[in-house]
This record gives sequence, structure tokens and C-alpha cells, in this order.
Amino acid sequence: MNTTTGQTVERRQFDTLIIGAGGGGLRAALKLAEADLNVAVVSKVFPTRSHTVAAQGGMNAALANVLPDNWHWHMFDTVKGSDYLGDQDAIEYMCRAAPKAVYELEHFGVPFSRLDNGKIYQRAFGGQSQNFGGDQAARTCAAADRTGHAILHSLYQQNIRARTHFFDEYFAVDLLRDDEGHVLGAVVFNIHDGQIVVIEAKTTLIATGGAGQLFKTTTNALINTGDGMGMAMRAGIPLQDMEFFQFHPTGIAGRGMLITEGARGEGGYLVNGEGERLMERYAPKAKDLASRDVVSRAIAIEIREGRGCGPNKDYVLLKLDHLGEAVIQKRLPGIRQTCITFLGIDPVEEPIPVFPTAHYTMGGIPTNRHGQVVVPVKDTPEEPVAGLYAAGECACVSVHGGNRLGGNSLLDILVFGRAAANHIIAYLKENKYHRKLSDEELARVVENARRYDRPKADGESVAELRRELKQVMEEHCGVFRNKDVLKEGVDKVEALAQRVKNIRIDDQSATFNTAKVEAYELENLIAVAQATVNSAFAREESRGAHSRIDFPERDDKAWMRHSLYSFEQGLDYKPVRTKPISVESFPPKPRVY
Amino acid sequence: MRSRLSVIVVKRSYIMPEYVNNDPANLKWQCRRGMLELDLLLNNFIDNRVDTLTEDEKQVLLNLLTYPDQILLDLLLGNSVSSDHAIAALVDAIRSTRFTS
Repeated sequence: MNTTTGQTVERRQFDTLIIGAGGGGLRAALKLAEADLNVAVVSKVFPTRSHTVAAQGGMNAALANVLPDNWHWHMFDTVKGSDYLGDQDAIEYMCRAAPKAVYELEHFGVPFSRLDNGKIYQRAFGGQSQNFGGDQAARTCAAADRTGHAILHSLYQQNIRARTHFFDEYFAVDLLRDDEGHVLGAVVFNIHDGQIVVIEAKTTLIATGGAGQLFKTTTNALINTGDGMGMAMRAGIPLQDMEFFQFHPTGIAGRGMLITEGARGEGGYLVNGEGERLMERYAPKAKDLASRDVVSRAIAIEIREGRGCGPNKDYVLLKLDHLGEAVIQKRLPGIRQTCITFLGIDPVEEPIPVFPTAHYTMGGIPTNRHGQVVVPVKDTPEEPVAGLYAAGECACVSVHGGNRLGGNSLLDILVFGRAAANHIIAYLKENKYHRKLSDEELARVVENARRYDRPKADGESVAELRRELKQVMEEHCGVFRNKDVLKEGVDKVEALAQRVKNIRIDDQSATFNTAKVEAYELENLIAVAQATVNSAFAREESRGAHSRIDFPERDDKAWMRHSLYSFEQGLDYKPVRTKPISVESFPPKPRVY
Repeated sequence: MRSRLSVIVVKRSYIMPEYVNNDPANLKWQCRRGMLELDLLLNNFIDNRVDTLTEDEKQVLLNLLTYPDQILLDLLLGNSVSSDHAIAALVDAIRSTRFTS
């Protein structure tokens, strides 16, 4: 076809387009391909390089292989962990579906670790209980310490067998919509040669993962730039609960990767720039073993009050050297290796610079438990967007609410990737034909996808804006939040959003133009940052991972509701779905562990 | 330090696609991985050393980049060593490149 610029654009048609090739996207793709549907998966990196590969911990399911367990206890723990912001119908659905999801993966080839009796091994994780808050449960199934890797590779190989069509190293720019609001696919470009492809699809699933790259210090890979969330916002869809971002207290400062709680469990402790054991001030009894949010906030307060370490006083130190080489080498060899590799520091001799590190995006594109993207329309808070689905970390279904439990993220992507595919199969039985894509919409999105193709001598540097954004988000929307800090963050992110309109692209080559990819990623990050900082500024309470110094208590009366932020409406809210599918609701209680 | 060392003999995980070649921009995109640790080590190496690599060395790098992320992580963190001497030498070079940012 010809566009306004006269260049030819390739057009392809599929039953379903899936954007993102992590666990959620690949689980959905497999189900659809096995139903004889024509499925395309677009991924900006080779599929097995998706961030699912980094998930080490495992996947929760009440199999009761080690200790007594059932899905209802798992549901209770998840509702409580969410600080009562999770939707209880989605949580019931997920916890009931979990055992089946594990057995399916086993049949796809995932080598789960075993007990001596041959059953799947299950380990204990924080936040798991028997009998609604009783003794510790053991609910997490794992393939050694590489569960995500095993799941991703098994799903990829199954998809190759099922003849899923992969567009490897293609970048999705924008969704296609018609006048009635149906989503008709997306415009993408080939990173290899810059060629634009219009992929028309009867149904589109966004499965692009999280947005940890919003923050300077993060455990997330460089690819986690919230591309699907940015794309949704530009299509007029709000993001939900974006103020809830999970931080881990001890990331390596300036690098981001985790130093596990085990380091403090073995006797390591934190010191500030004045050489004081800082946790004695914040948690006199538990000290360095206080809960994650307490330790994270303590570090942030020390730094804000000028008691940080180093030339810029922007980190604190984790001391392990007093434990001695034998203990460190025996109990913490991985941490020692990581510090030597990335810092050139041996913790046997020197303390480790640490800072809270951004780990998981609880919020995202609002969906129901079928994976359908839902938006408020007039008096209806959750009206499905025809043809559009989302699953995994980019979505907010919402099973994690204010905070995610360990072992529930792999479960989320697999259960809701599969649920979305089931709904798509049913939808396509009733919607057999492609809807017409208008010439105007086609010209608009293609022209938009060419916005960085033209030489521009001056303007803002992408790398510099990305660096500034990460710094602003860390300082103004990280662990330490109050009205003044967040308001300044809102203003600074808005200023960056204006500057991003004037991006300069130095590289005009067609092949592997990574500068162009990074420009699109920056646009997505800025959009997600706007949603995040505005939602955090507005929420005047502390709940889950959103902790306000000036509003330290949870306020169920005013704030037990989901935030929605869109470019068009700004902030809006909708009720939490407190009614499960088949059991009684769990009413809000103080979240004490 | 290397008490957990194992030797791996993986050559590559998947057939290298035909579009992947030794061009620096192409190589750099192949360094976008699923794990932050790999992003940091590989990008630091590419940013600082790609101009000094011979064509043969670039070919070894391309081979290394076809490895699955978890295998790459084990190699680059020193938990395992490759039985391929050229790969092992390249891994040492990546591990010894000082971080410049």
C-alpha cells in the first residue's frame, strides 16, 4: 500500500497479534496456535532473551506436596499480601488455576525439582501460610534456581512445534484502532532494516512486561521499558495502580542487582556515612532483619538527611567483612562473586554500597480475569475494549494489588496468558472476519512510526533524557514519598515530557538503528512515569508498596479503590472487586506478619 | 573462589539468524538480554572494546551471544568455564573490562 509519503508498506493479517514474547505472551500463543489459529508474536529481542528468563524463585501452587495446603489458603495470603487492593475474583481464579498451570508446564518439558518420593518439590517463601494466617506453608514450585529460564525455553520450543509465527527483533510502535474503538492490530518496524510492517489482527494481546527502567537503580533488564503500557496510553487507555512499585532494600548502588536478605540473615548490617548502625534507630529490636519496606525507607531517610556514604552521599554500606572469609565463601558465594564482578570489591575486605532497587510493577493496563482490557465508559467502570487483551506484568488484573507475593508473578503470567487465549478463542468464533482498517488510520500510524526517520540536526539527547528521567523517578517517586517530594516529581516529569517532543536522533541508518528504538522506549517510559508519579502524588495513604511519610496509615474508607491515569482524563478511580467467584470475601484487616 | 565451577560444552542454543552479522550496531542489539547482569557486562564490553576486536574475535562474540541467557550468566559470573578455548578467552576479556559508567 502507499502512504502519504509515497513509500510502500508491507501489510500482514493474523487472527491474533501478541506483542511480547515472555512467559505470558508465549503461554497465550501456544494455546492459540494449538487451536489452529494464525498467531503472530512480535518481540524486540529474540524470545528467549525476554525478562521471564531472570525469574529465579519459582511459582506458587497449592499442591500440598510438602505441607498441607489448598487454593483457598493461597487466596487468603494473596489478598492479604495485596493489602486488600487485589481483586478477589481474579485472585480466586488464579489460585484455583495454579496446580493445573504447574502440571501443564511439566508436560511442556519444564524440569521441576523433585522430592525423594518423585513429587514436585515445594519451598517456603515469605507471606505463605497454612489455614488462613497460621503456620508457614511450602507452596513454591521451582526448577532449581532457574525456573523462569526453564519455563521460557520450554514454551518457546513448544511454540516452534505449534508453528507460531515469530517476528523476532521487531519493535511495536502503536496500536491500530477504528472509529468504534476496536483494536485492529499494530504498526511495527523491523529493527534489522527499519522497514515498517502493518500487522492487522482480529485480536491483539499486549504482553510486554514491566517498567523497572523507570528508576536509576533497578533489578530489571534494559528491555523493561513499559512499551505496551506506553502504547496503551497513546491509544487512550488508562493505566491502573501505577503508584504501587515493589522495591528491594539492598540493591548494589549504581548497578541495581540484588543482594539477598540472606546477607543480613547471616549477620551483615547496614552503616551510614557516620559509621552508625542505622537500623538501630528505625527498628531497635529487629534491626537489620526488619521487613523490606522498613529497611528500604530507613536507607532512603538516611540519604535524604545527609548521612549517606561516598563522595555524593548517595548510598549506605552493607558490612559483611566481620563475618570472615570462610563464612562468606561458604554461605554467600554468589554475593561475593557478584560484588567482585560488578564493583571490583571483595566483601571479605570491604563493605558493599547499597540502595533500594526497583523490582516489580504491580500496576499496568487494566484487565478483567479473562485478560480483556477494560476501561470506564460513562457509569460502567469496566467496559471491555473490543479486540484488545493484556497479560503479565504489563497488565493489572489485579491479583497483586498493593504488593506482590514472591512466587506469584510467574503464576500470574501463565494463568492469565492462558485465560486471555481462552477468551480470544471464544471471541474469534463470533468474530470471524477482519474489520476494515481505514486509510486515514493507516496513514496516521504509519506516519507516526516514521517520526524519527527524518534527520534533525539539533534537539534533546535520548540518552541524557533517559538518565534524567531515571534520576527524577528515583529521587521523587522511589521509596521516600511525601507531598512535597512527589509534587516536585510531578513537575519534573512533566517538564521532561515536554522536552521529549524535541528528541534528536543522530543515527539515520536503516539497519539496526538502536537510537531510534531507544527514542521510542523513552517515549514509553515518560508516559508510564507520568501515570506513576501522578497516581502516587494523589494517593494520600500508605498501602502495600506505596508508603507515604505524611500519611503513614492505610485508609480503607477513602482509598480502598483502584487508581486510573490517562492522558485524556488525568486521574480517575474505580472500586476494588471484593467479591470472589464462589467463596466469601476476605474483609480488610491490619496486614501484620 | 571457584569451588562451584563446572565445565560446559554448549556451543550455541539456536541457529544464528541470517541477518545477524559482525556489524557493531547489530552486535550491540544482540547484547540486549533478559537479565540486567548480562546487559551491564556485555554492553560495557561492546562500548569499550568493539573497535579493538578483530573479525575473528567478533565472530567468537557472535557465537557467545547465541548462548541462552542462563548459560551466559554462569560463564560471565565465573561459575562455569567453556570447553571452547576461544569462548573462554573472550569471557575472561569481558569479565576483566573495567566499568566506565
